[in-house]
Amino acid sequence: MHCPKCRGVMRTYTRSGVHIEQCDSCRGIFLDYGELEALAQMESQYRAAPPPAAAPGWGAAPQVQHHHHHGARHHRPHGGSVFHMLFTT
Amino acid sequence: MHTETVQPGLLARLIEIGRESAGHVTSTPSAAAEPETLYDRHGVLVVRVGDLAVKLHQADREHGAPFLERIRLAATVPDVLVAPLGPPLDVDGRTVTVYPYGEPVDPQQKLPWEEGARLLAALHSTTVPADAPSWGRPARVARRVSELGHGPAVDVVRRAFATLPAWIRGENGDGPPDAAEYLIHGDWHLGQMVRAQDGRWRLIDIEDLGRGDPAWDLARPAALYSAGVLHPDEWSRFLGAYQEAGGPAVPAEGDPWTSLDVPARSLAIQIAATCVISAEREDRPLNEPEQAMVDACGRISAAGDAA
Repeated sequence: MHCPKCRGVMRTYTRSGVHIEQCDSCRGIFLDYGELEALAQMESQYRAAPPPAAAPGWGAAPQVQHHHHHGARHHRPHGGSVFHMLFTT
Repeated sequence: MHTETVQPGLLARLIEIGRESAGHVTSTPSAAAEPETLYDRHGVLVVRVGDLAVKLHQADREHGAPFLERIRLAATVPDVLVAPLGPPLDVDGRTVTVYPYGEPVDPQQKLPWEEGARLLAALHSTTVPADAPSWGRPARVARRVSELGHGPAVDVVRRAFATLPAWIRGENGDGPPDAAEYLIHGDWHLGQMVRAQDGRWRLIDIEDLGRGDPAWDLARPAALYSAGVLHPDEWSRFLGAYQEAGGPAVPAEGDPWTSLDVPARSLAIQIAATCVISAEREDRPLNEPEQAMVDACGRISAAGDAA
């Protein structure tokens, strides 16, 4: 596909389920039908997200979570060393 | 039945005590039930005998007058604490206590963070009797750090320990700084909760019960959350329920970390030291959550001395 503005080559990227065509020459972006709405919805979800829980100055960065929930199928949240940390003196 | 902690003769005595006590306490035929080991670590053995739990206490702990006061104290808050059913017994020089059995927390299920928080808030809101023993100081962190060997992880933990106030490091004979004192559990974690036969949760283990700063009862989840080991949602459930129940350890609104910082640091260091010691003993590298605790110690040192 060629850029409608400068006829450069357009490359397709997929980010969080949204397909984006970007022109290699002028960096212009082309969105398919519905994709602008998808982006707007993601933005509003991001804004509505609760603020991250407060932590002390030495607290772990919010994205550093060493223990994840994997849904009910793999519900083994507190095994091994984490079990000892939570359940023993 | 095999135990790590005691010789078979002592175990048989515990079971016998359970069966004798059952005869006095309840009419249900619990004596016929097969005994079950509930806990068998660090010189502590807890055996279930029917509707009762029989606990053999650590040999080197103090079980004199303060322990008797703690038993009396526990009995005054039956909605919060499981108190022993009678005075402590002496078995070959070891202290043994008997309790009504309660179901422990199942780590595979949704954890009772809210229930634990509400029990702690209720305990902390109890009027402190004049003769309540002092909780004293959080001695475990200094003890664990003193047991550390050598190595890079050990250095990280030691540097974090150096940021703690002197009274926690145990360098002088000081007690905790003067603060409003409340009745506290003194060693709270999820292993200290059971669901009693009335279906409601209670706290167990009264050995550290006493007057002290209630923030220390929140220290373990606070430390694990700060290390990134406990999910923020679980921490929020716990802290939110505690604040909602009017617990005095943290302000009802505003920054809880002014009161939680030092206790959370101390527990993070204590847990990290415990992890390093067991990894070394088992001759294996630290796993991911254990490494997260050591990393938290690195950030504690970087943050500098605790206020």
